[in-house]
Amino acid sequence: MIFRVFDKDQLQRLYDVLAVNHIVGPVCKGVNQNSAPLYDFDFVKTFSELKLDYSSTIHSLKRFVLPPRETLCTFELGDDNWRKRLDFNVHEPIVFFGLHACDINGLNKLDKVLNSVVYPDPYYVAKRKNMFIIGVNCSPQPFCFCRSMGSDSALHGFDMFFTSLGDEYFVEILSATAFEYISAIKSREPNERDHARFKEASEEKINNFTCHVDTTDLTKILDLEFQAEVWKTWGERCLSCGTCASVCPTCYCYGIHENVNLDLQGAEKIKQLYSCNLIDFAQVAGGHNFRPESHVRLKYRYYHKHRGFVEAFEESLCVGCGRCGESCLAGITVPEVIASVRGLER
Amino acid sequence: MDKLPFVDLMAEKNRYHRRGDLSAFEYTCQAEITNVYSLTETEKLYQIQLIDREERRRFTFKPGQFVMLELPGIGEAPFSISSSPARHGNIELCIRAVGNLTKFLARVPRGTRVGISGPFGTSFPVKEMRGSDVLLIGGGLGLIPLRAPIFAILENRSAYKDIDIIYGARKSSELLFTYQYDMWRQFDINLDIIVEQADEDWDGAEGLITRILEKRCAASDLSKNTYAIVCGPPIMFRFVCDMLIKAHLPVRRIFVSLERRMHCGRGKCCRCNIGSTYTCLEGPVFDYWSVMNLKEAI
Ligand code: SF4
Ligand code: SF4
Repeated sequence: MIFRVFDKDQLQRLYDVLAVNHIVGPVCKGVNQNSAPLYDFDFVKTFSELKLDYSSTIHSLKRFVLPPRETLCTFELGDDNWRKRLDFNVHEPIVFFGLHACDINGLNKLDKVLNSVVYPDPYYVAKRKNMFIIGVNCSPQPFCFCRSMGSDSALHGFDMFFTSLGDEYFVEILSATAFEYISAIKSREPNERDHARFKEASEEKINNFTCHVDTTDLTKILDLEFQAEVWKTWGERCLSCGTCASVCPTCYCYGIHENVNLDLQGAEKIKQLYSCNLIDFAQVAGGHNFRPESHVRLKYRYYHKHRGFVEAFEESLCVGCGRCGESCLAGITVPEVIASVRGLER
Repeated sequence: MDKLPFVDLMAEKNRYHRRGDLSAFEYTCQAEITNVYSLTETEKLYQIQLIDREERRRFTFKPGQFVMLELPGIGEAPFSISSSPARHGNIELCIRAVGNLTKFLARVPRGTRVGISGPFGTSFPVKEMRGSDVLLIGGGLGLIPLRAPIFAILENRSAYKDIDIIYGARKSSELLFTYQYDMWRQFDINLDIIVEQADEDWDGAEGLITRILEKRCAASDLSKNTYAIVCGPPIMFRFVCDMLIKAHLPVRRIFVSLERRMHCGRGKCCRCNIGSTYTCLEGPVFDYWSVMNLKEAI
């Protein structure tokens, strides 16, 4: 890993150098009822729009790799045959400027499933291969429990990563392209003092976490408590709205439907992201629903993230960003659900 | 400075070979429905032939695996292959008309072009079963996924010892593949059929499938050298598997085929997951030990 340090006033220069490409980054979308700014990832048009000191975004950057709705292919329908045409729906690389460690780790986790050896998903891989990622360090929010999930620092899956050291940035460089871009601005080798400041900054971040989840033996506990009554209590609160899955950086499940065009000359196959909390998620043709009750569906979501994925990949499918809890209309949060299943009052 | 280079997955140099080829993820073989037979009021048997000769020859599957069948503009769904693996890309699918796609399918004429992708999923270890007794137990539509292993066994009949097929349906009019029973029996197979509600056309046994199974369990020692394959509705699984376990059949030698909603068949969409196990990748065929470890499976 190559490290450099540069002055924060060089940032605009770096932005300008990168701006020959499309840039997506955290921008302010408005304010909430307490006048706190609301951020989201979107295309950035000018440097001043880019808010690198953002707290957290409402949505993850999922829509750039897994669009909520995507045409997978089109068909030309002939009289007695048809032809299929594929389009992976990506035409240009995009620079992602200012991702927190949790979102970088979220993409790394998605890779495990969607860029697997057996059946890689080309729609995802095509977009993923055209990403240039710049990470930036963050300050933990009251709902962040990424440290408990082991996602508070990104070890790979980015081109460069900035850590703020007062009026300078400490930058980790992971790709040759990133190295070229950094060479275009004024930067220097880090010295002993910078090393110390970097370690201080990460120490400070660790100390600022207030939200924790105990994941010790969680896979086993989830199995033991499969029939626990607490699930029903959560199920009664859950509205089965699917908001949690839609804001989650690592929820990737989907449904597919097909349409015939009105002129009957063509058809299309459309993929739409889904949520396992929606009522018909496991309903099969003929009407049988394998998970008719809301608590069973809610439980299933936790099972997939905290048990099944852990068994398969030795890590959880949750990065601990806390977005689902923040957006849930019923106020259901991961730390509370897991604590209750562990039998801890909170 | 230069723009970032665009990585085009469709470009020749970015293509992998065979299985991992990204454009193959969405690859659908063109196939033609060559024949359709009505088996019951709601089930039809479709004979489907891959159009390309080379593809047809190369298409190999193992009993228990499924394909995704697509009708462009209508939809795509998984179906267990119910023909003999020896027939390669001339496959048979037995399909009940219940949903959008299957009801549409029930109305299309011979010669319709469909898309077939796959085969996907795990299979029944029929090779491993050689030299043993095999119990094939099917309830209702469960005979459909049993048919491929039945063919595979019949084609190599001398390699196996006693073969029992126990098949139960609700009514005699719902029995599938009735025209083949005599043929199966000619291969020295014990075929027992039972229906829940007998009517005047039925002079066979009446009752639940477990009635026949009970007798079979008592007839020989299942703890050694016996395999069982169980397919059918969830409620039947539970009773049948419990009975087999009580008769000391090792859980590793009981195989079941579980069916769920599926949209991709490739371990992506999550629709088929049973408590986070992908039915399409790790199933549809599971041994009973795995099923015991799947919460909410049956
Ligand atoms: S956002 Fe909350 S209420 Fe909506 S489905 Fe998720 S847990 Fe249930
Ligand atoms: S489950 Fe919730 S906390 Fe975990 S990654 Fe998804 S949105 Fe973030």
